[in-house]
This record gives sequence, C-alpha cells and structure tokens, in this order.
Amino acid sequence: MTGPLLEVKDLTKTFGGIRAVDGLSFAVAPGAITGIIGPNGAGKTTVFNLVTGVYRPDAGSIDFEGRSLLGIRPDQIVGAGIARTFQNIRLFNRRTCLENVLTPLLQKAPYSVPAALLRTPGVRRMDRELREKSRFLLAEMGLEKLADVQASALPYGLQRKLEIARALAMEPRLLLLDEPAAGMNPEESRALSALIEEIRERFNQTILLIEHHMDVVMRVCSHIVVMNFGALLAEGPPEKVRTDEKVLQAYLGKEYRNA
Amino acid sequence: MNYVLSIVTLAGINMIAVLGLSIFTGFTGLFSFGHAALVGIGAYASAILTYYYFVPFPIALVAGMAASALVSLVIGIPTLRARLRSDYFAIAILGFGEALRVILENLEITNGARGLPGIEPFTTLPIVAGCLAVSVWVASNFLRSRYGAACIAVREDPVAAEMAGINLFRTRLLSLVVSAAFCGLSGGLLAHFLSFIQPVMFTLVQSTALLAAVIAGGMGSITGPLIASFIFIAMPEALRVAQMWRLVAYGLVLVLIMLFRPQGLMGYQELTTFFRRSRNDRPAA
Ligand SMILES: Nc1ncnc2c1ncn2[C@@H]1O[C@H](COP(=O)(O)OP(=O)(O)O)[C@@H](O)[C@H]1O
Ligand SMILES: [Mg+2]
Repeated sequence: MTGPLLEVKDLTKTFGGIRAVDGLSFAVAPGAITGIIGPNGAGKTTVFNLVTGVYRPDAGSIDFEGRSLLGIRPDQIVGAGIARTFQNIRLFNRRTCLENVLTPLLQKAPYSVPAALLRTPGVRRMDRELREKSRFLLAEMGLEKLADVQASALPYGLQRKLEIARALAMEPRLLLLDEPAAGMNPEESRALSALIEEIRERFNQTILLIEHHMDVVMRVCSHIVVMNFGALLAEGPPEKVRTDEKVLQAYLGKEYRNA
Repeated sequence: MNYVLSIVTLAGINMIAVLGLSIFTGFTGLFSFGHAALVGIGAYASAILTYYYFVPFPIALVAGMAASALVSLVIGIPTLRARLRSDYFAIAILGFGEALRVILENLEITNGARGLPGIEPFTTLPIVAGCLAVSVWVASNFLRSRYGAACIAVREDPVAAEMAGINLFRTRLLSLVVSAAFCGLSGGLLAHFLSFIQPVMFTLVQSTALLAAVIAGGMGSITGPLIASFIFIAMPEALRVAQMWRLVAYGLVLVLIMLFRPQGLMGYQELTTFFRRSRNDRPAA
C-alpha cells in the first residue's frame, strides 16, 4: 500500500481580485496518468505553477512523496523529482535541440568550477557521456536527426516534443504536461497520445496531464480532475466524468453528450 | 615600445575585460554599467602591491583578480537574489562605479585624483598575448561546462532554466565573479603597462565602452566582442584623428553595426562556426 505521489489540499491562489485556484484538493496516484481538464481560465496552468514553485500559494498544502513543497525554490522542487512542460512553449530558443536536453542533464554532473575552467579529462568524459544520453532522449522523441538544429527553428509540434525530452532529462518521478497536444490536428494528437502512454510504460513515469483534446484525455488518463473557476467540479475515472451532469454543462457541452 | 605594438598591447588588455563582460552580459543576459570599476579594482590592487610592497608581478596580477572577484561578490550577493528582476544589480554596480572613483580620489595610498605614477612597466606584448590566450581558453571551457550551460539557459528563459534544475542566484553570481576575475586581470595588466593609473580611467565612460564592444560584437559570442574591442581600440588610433573626431568615429561604427547587423558582428555565433559553414556543412533543417 503506497500513498499518493502528489497530494494537493485546499490550494488557493488569487491574482488581484481573481481567484485563479480556489480551495482545490486532489491527489495523483503513482504510476498513473491523471488528467486535469476544464474551460480556459479555470486555473489549470496556475496549479502547475504552484506545484513547481513558480508562484507561492496563498493557502493550502502541496505534498510530494509525503514531503511539503511549500517554501522551497523551484530548482529544488525540480530536483526533488518533478519536471514540467509549458503551455506557451519555453525552450532555450537560441540553443540546439541537443543543448536543450543536455542543459538539465549537465546540472547533475558532479564536477567543480575549477575543474570546469580547466576542462579536466574527467569533465570531458562526463560531458561526452551526457551528450550520448541527450542523443538517446532525442531519439526517444523521434528528434535524433534534429540534434544540431536551433530549437526556435522547429515547427510547433516538434518544439512540444523537445520540451518533453528536456523534461524527461530531469529524470522526474512526476511529469507535468501542460497541453502537449495544443495546436495539433487529430492525427497528430492521436500519435501524441500513443507517445505519452509509451513514456509512461518505458520510463515507468507518473504523469499529470492538462489537455483540451478530449480524445487524448479519455484515451490515456485513468483518473480525471475537472476544474471550473479555480475549484474542483468533479473527479473520477473517464467513464464517470464524461457522463457527469455538471461537467457536461460547464465544459464538455451538448455535442459530447451525444458522441 | 613601438607605437603600433603598444596599441596592439592596449587592445589585448582591453579584450580581456571585454571577454569578462561578455560572459556576464552576452552569455548570462545581465547588463552592467560598472564593469570598468572592476577593472579599476584589479588595477589599483595589483599596482599597490608591486609599488609599495614589491610583490612579484604574477602574484600581484592574481591578487588583482581575487580583489575584483571579491568586490563583485559583495555587490552581487544582495542584488542578484531577486528571482525575476535583474535591475537591482544594474543600479547597484552603476552606483558602485561612481562611489569607487570618489573613494580612490580620497585615499592616501592611491595618491588621490592625481593618480599613481611610476608603476613598474612589467606588462609586455608577449605577456598580454599569453594572458589573452589563456583567458579565451578558460572562458570557452567555462561556457562549455555545466556552469556555462546554466548561464545561457538563464539568459534564454529564467523560468525554464529553473525548471531545468538551475539555481538562478548561484548561476548569476558565479557568472559575475568569473567575469570580474577577467576584468581584474585586465586592470592589473593595464596598470603595469601604462605605469600610471588614475580614478577617472575606470568610470561610466569606460564601462559603457566595454558594454558597447559586447553588444556590437554580438551577445553570446566570444570572438565577436573580441573583434569589436580590437576595432574600437585600434581604429581611432590608426586614423590618428583628433580626440573629438575619435568619439565621432566610434559612434559612427556603433550606428553602422546596429543598422546593418543589429545582432552584433557575430550574432550568437563564433568565428569558427562561420569557417565551418563556409566549408559547406550547414546542418540539415
Ligand atoms: N501571473 C498572473 N497574473 C494575473 N493573473 C493570472 C496570472 N496567471 C494566471 N492568471 C489568471 O488566473 C486565471 C487562471 O489562469 P490559468 O491557470 O492560466 O487557466 P487555464 O490554464 O485553466 O486556462 C485566469 O483568469 C488568468 O487570467
Ligand atoms: Mg493553461
């Protein structure tokens, strides 16, 4: 019996007068793909920003593997085993795809500043190994041929994949994906669903996924959290959520009822 | 010393300071209107050591670097903490640059505003060339390492950098200290080249000139700022024009670069990349 990997309780965040997140509680079970859905402005991205320490919550608690994440820096949260992608893509634009993935990998390389300044054989060896590892991660996302291309030159869909590769380089135990299928056509988003499921299996990865494409969410998630106006509207397995009266009214709409 | 050689030496000394600022501004994305003050710290610290205490020149140079690095820590620690704002530091170092001039003008050991004459002229062209070569090597090692990757990530996107496990404060501070050490070395070499230093040599005007070389040369390039720095020092001398016209020429070069190459001479590229490109192996898109 294991507890939840991530547990959020009574989480609240206001911006000026807006309650972006309003007394939200939910939990993410280890090994599963959990979805967060809800209309635009429901506060989904803000939840990610609170979990990763980009913003400080006004109230509530966030526990990861039983330890509180409150009051520690974003880079420490990430170091504790949480990685994310961004809804509005944030790559290291003027670096190559390889360097984007290499940057987080390098941060765990245990060499000192003097060794780095002199580029000792040890530093060379570690850098070479991490480059290899970056290539492997790029290959996992089907980006190996683009290793030396500048990140900003990639089309949108591939930039999202590169962000996932960079997040996986953190070797997280929880991966947060913010609308990875945004801007993709149905065919591409189907391929992405398959990729997300594959990542879960290959890397034994727990995933928390914000997504608007209902086909993706219903297909890959075993548990869905529905948000509206910052608060929890409903939660449960896909079959239950898709027929929930409140969810249908607030978000999914009539077309979905008949689908 | 031959006139041309002395200009080249002076340019080489300036290039080391520009290299330092390029790590901080070009690669880490933080602006400074006070790096000439860090050159000044290195110049005064090393000159005082050889002048009053007869410390050997190499040790005095290293001490000058250490002094600059230490001073940069004192300015950086309180001002680089703000996660997503870098203007505190920019204002603090600007203020420090002006304060330093006043302090140096009022100390006895620095001989005040009249300046310190008669410093032993230990600096020669081969010494400068050697220091510059080692500096370029060390700087490029730094930039290729995990620390350099962190600096560039912070420049590209501080939030994404944090999400890549990078501590913003530590990265910015390290970048500052490394850049200050280069500026300190440049100052030590300058003092022992000119044999004479004065507080007015290390003020906002010189800081702006360093920054202009980095921006004109190309942010995120090592070779670009070095070339720009050389041009800025050598060109007015080569033209041998009157003082007033030098400034005009300098401004004209800046305007031309901004017009025709707003990304700087080298953009985010190195000279070596251009040679490789011209050998026809552009990466497939
Ligand atoms: N940094 C911010 N400053 C002010 N308001 C914000 C900020 N971030 C989010 N908000 C507001 O919080 C609400 C929730 O936004 P968000 O979490 O992005 O929603 P979602 O991701 O569900 O579309 C919106 O009204 C948005 O305008
Ligand atoms: Mg969002």
